[in-house]
Amino acid sequence: MRSGDFKVSYAEDIRILQTTFIKICIGIFIVALIAYVSIADRYFIYLINLAAIATIGSLGLNLLTGFTGQISIGHAGFLAIGAYCSAILTSKCSFPFLLALPAAGAATIAAGLLVGIPSLRLKGLYLAITTFAFGFIVEHVANTWDSLTNGSQGMTVPPVEIFGASFDTDRSFFFIIFPLTAFAIIFARNVIRSKAGRAWIAIRDQDIAAQTIGINLLWYKLSSFAVSSLYAGIAGALFAHYLMYISPGHFELLVSVQYLAMIIVGGLGSILGSVFGAVFMILLPEMLKFLPDLLRDSHPVIVERFADINLILYGLIIILFLLKEPKGLYGIWTDIKVYWRNWPYTY
Amino acid sequence: MFSEGLTDFFQLCLSGFAVGCVYAIVALGFVIIYKATDVFNFAQGELMTLGAFICYLFIVQLHVPIIWAFLLTFIVTALIGMITEEIFLRPMVGEPIFSVIMITVGLSVLLKGIIGLSWGYMIKKFPSFISEDPLSVAGMVISPLHLTTIIVTAILIVVFTIFFKFSKMGIAMRAVASDQDASLLMGISVRKIFGLSWSISAIVACIGGILLSSITILHPSSSFVGIKVFPAVVLGGMDSIVGAIVGGIIIGIVENIAGGYIDPIVGGGVKEITAFVVLLAILMIRPYGLFGKEEIERV
Repeated sequence: MRSGDFKVSYAEDIRILQTTFIKICIGIFIVALIAYVSIADRYFIYLINLAAIATIGSLGLNLLTGFTGQISIGHAGFLAIGAYCSAILTSKCSFPFLLALPAAGAATIAAGLLVGIPSLRLKGLYLAITTFAFGFIVEHVANTWDSLTNGSQGMTVPPVEIFGASFDTDRSFFFIIFPLTAFAIIFARNVIRSKAGRAWIAIRDQDIAAQTIGINLLWYKLSSFAVSSLYAGIAGALFAHYLMYISPGHFELLVSVQYLAMIIVGGLGSILGSVFGAVFMILLPEMLKFLPDLLRDSHPVIVERFADINLILYGLIIILFLLKEPKGLYGIWTDIKVYWRNWPYTY
Repeated sequence: MFSEGLTDFFQLCLSGFAVGCVYAIVALGFVIIYKATDVFNFAQGELMTLGAFICYLFIVQLHVPIIWAFLLTFIVTALIGMITEEIFLRPMVGEPIFSVIMITVGLSVLLKGIIGLSWGYMIKKFPSFISEDPLSVAGMVISPLHLTTIIVTAILIVVFTIFFKFSKMGIAMRAVASDQDASLLMGISVRKIFGLSWSISAIVACIGGILLSSITILHPSSSFVGIKVFPAVVLGGMDSIVGAIVGGIIIGIVENIAGGYIDPIVGGGVKEITAFVVLLAILMIRPYGLFGKEEIERV
């Protein structure tokens, strides 16, 4: 514990930014990020944008799975509903983006509630299978409902347009996604320390006990599903407008696994962990892409079979983190912090 | 013999029955793991495909005589099952259910990658051991491959019934399934039983894989059938071996009938999804399935 750091009120104890030092650090980070984006290469901005979108999605999944303990193996289904809803509304019904985004959010909330209802009866395993089936059904519908989704060919999506200004470049999109992601993080952080957040954690830890002390399981489980699917829907819609093209292949089962990998790698039940995990899982394959470049001549197999190597890597990362570091990157981060705080002592 | 519509119906039932037998076999492997070790194995489909590919490797790529090839395949897949349990699942005993599920999800992705990396995505055809001339029974047509599938399933059922009823191993496995602590006290090595369940399950999955790829094609995406097995096990009850077989067969038939009658009306796509709609319906109405142990916990 830091010397001279005494909490004298409850409000002080639950404050999000505990010290001036952290405030300064975050300020520097934001300024540095914006400065970097204004000079960086298109490709790196693209990665940052993808990571930001993934952050929103993984925050949602972590609220549901990490904090409320409701397993979802069909998160790509929510992403798909958000993406297709916004894409269809803007391209076929010529909705403005500012209306389509909330509409996509509302549609995914409805889907989330629908999937959430079985969670009142089913737990753990059964819920995992239900969400799994849900994700599969959504992907299949997107694939077969040609007239609406254009089937497996995919559909083009107009770029984000707000009051006539079009955000179709990587750099301009950053200034849309950045405040949204920041808001998503702050909202998640706040909802966790509210009554709802504490109720979710209680449900995760022991749902019967939670019910006994007066937590309305129906309301809080469903609200967790609603918030989580809203996050996923927004992430999906942004993804669609950013890539300007979506196909069912963007929302296959592997994507759900990828999002689960994000929260496992980042840290279950941690807001900061969701961010770490999302950034890590987006950057990892990109970093790996440099590897084939180096080995292109000597080992052409690696380039041809890159997708399979990626799969193997995802699998290994999920398994290794679960076996060796169940607290994820967030756990490593706190361990390092504690180490430096106590240095040169061990505790 | 029957009117034309009725013959069509029976024909759909019959071919659905054959496919359902494959589901039943894979579901059987699934239930063996779930019953003994409490692990819900999302990687069962990949185990199945891997088994089929290993068999393909021995028969086609290494030209091993068929009997030996099957034997080698069973040994290798059994080893793979045992090693998987030892490395990945053993450390997870007692961990929260989410971690265990995610380990098997990770495993399924990992195996998918390994299969793709080793054999690629070209469509392969399994060598056929029997003639492919369809047989005709009472106006209905059945291919010898489908018939073989049905017969193999029947044999497996008999073998497993005998194994679980009379062999020492089988009884030990049932004991572990019903109470781990008590069976430890009775001198049963629970570790060995866990390993054994995984290897038996891998062999069963491999048989399912070989049959499936003989009926259809051999491709990494065959592991998709592993997903279709969830509805079967949930329908039958996840801890019931009889349930797995009945569930698998019912899902196969329902799927085929839905494909035959509804697909032409709505223009396709219903067949693949029927199993999952059935799954959601069962989970809402009767989550412990037809034969599963009823666990009631009210919240």
